[in-house]
Amino acid sequence: MRGRDDEWTDLMRSANAGDTVAYHRLLKAVAPVLRAAARRGLARAGQPVDQSEDIVQDILLAVHLKRQTWDPTAPFAPWLFAIARNKLIDALRRRGRRVFVNIDDFAETIPSEPVAETLPPGEVAKHLEALPPRQRDVLQSIAVESASIKATADKLSMSEGAVRVALHRGLSALAARLRST
Amino acid sequence: MSMDTDRLIQSLAADAGNRAMPVAPVLAASLLVAIPVSAAMLLSTIGLRPDIMTAMHNPFFDLKFVVTLALAMSAVAVSLHLSRPEASAQGWILLLLIPVAVLALAIGAEMMVPQRQPMMRRLVGNNAMLCVSTIPLLSLPLLAAALLALRRGAPARPALAGALAGLVSAGLAATLYAAHCNDDSPLFVAAWYTLSAALVAAIGALAGAKLLRY
Repeated sequence: MRGRDDEWTDLMRSANAGDTVAYHRLLKAVAPVLRAAARRGLARAGQPVDQSEDIVQDILLAVHLKRQTWDPTAPFAPWLFAIARNKLIDALRRRGRRVFVNIDDFAETIPSEPVAETLPPGEVAKHLEALPPRQRDVLQSIAVESASIKATADKLSMSEGAVRVALHRGLSALAARLRST
Repeated sequence: MSMDTDRLIQSLAADAGNRAMPVAPVLAASLLVAIPVSAAMLLSTIGLRPDIMTAMHNPFFDLKFVVTLALAMSAVAVSLHLSRPEASAQGWILLLLIPVAVLALAIGAEMMVPQRQPMMRRLVGNNAMLCVSTIPLLSLPLLAAALLALRRGAPARPALAGALAGLVSAGLAATLYAAHCNDDSPLFVAAWYTLSAALVAAIGALAGAKLLRY
């Protein structure tokens, strides 16, 4: 796991220096690990593991919005797993379970790809509907229809700067709504 | 309509240029805005003590500022540490012993020099009630500023982080109040300043449990 952790740390350092491709690769690389840990946590709490995708998305949003709290001189994995653990405990509590999640659950996890019996993630989509119209349209375009910022700007007759602002506010609002449920 | 995780990741990457400022500079800036507000609250109401120029020659008057500033600074350091998700409170929380140690030394020093007033009189002081009401009131703008700044963080224990925000603001508010307070005995500080700080820390913990979750 040493090699994997170093790779993540390097990717996050590049991301902080403005390398969007590295950031995308990092998120793609950590998602399967988070998914496996979420499934394991749900299973241990006696909950259906098919809800894991909601938890993965909740963790990824928090990683994105809180990445300024990562200390670039420290390894990335412990920071990531601390956020994941916090979000997993939160999710299990919301489902009425008081559980203790061991941090080693993450470190030892074998990555898991989305599996057939996984429910489509419903929580984020549900909250997307409730956002202010402009944020919802921008997120709908970028996150659901996979349009670029430029294409979204053309389609919604907005400037690219305004699209970026709406995207960021929309993501922050989604995270806040996930937290309050 | 569904948003699968790959698409969420795509939109997060599209937002990569938008990274919030780290907590430390935001906390510094928001406290620098709030300090004048609390100072104005003090100056426009009870003001400074009239004999402040002569009081400054009394080392026990000056020691109050050392204690309160030591509390504020150590609480800033601990709260910044706790704003990181992987941080544990162990070790760092011992920094809060610095103001306690300064206060203990001051009490010891006061015991060494002959005093005009008996110990109980110095402990109870002239105006304990004003102290425990003014420090929390002066703390409020500072506490709001500290909590607002710490919302950028990701504390594993939001209530504890909120309590530390309370100690930061109580330390700064007590520094301001000390310029009005005519009770200079370290015994008075140990009793009433500590009670005030505990009160603000409790308010901070309650607010933090709600506001600092991420």
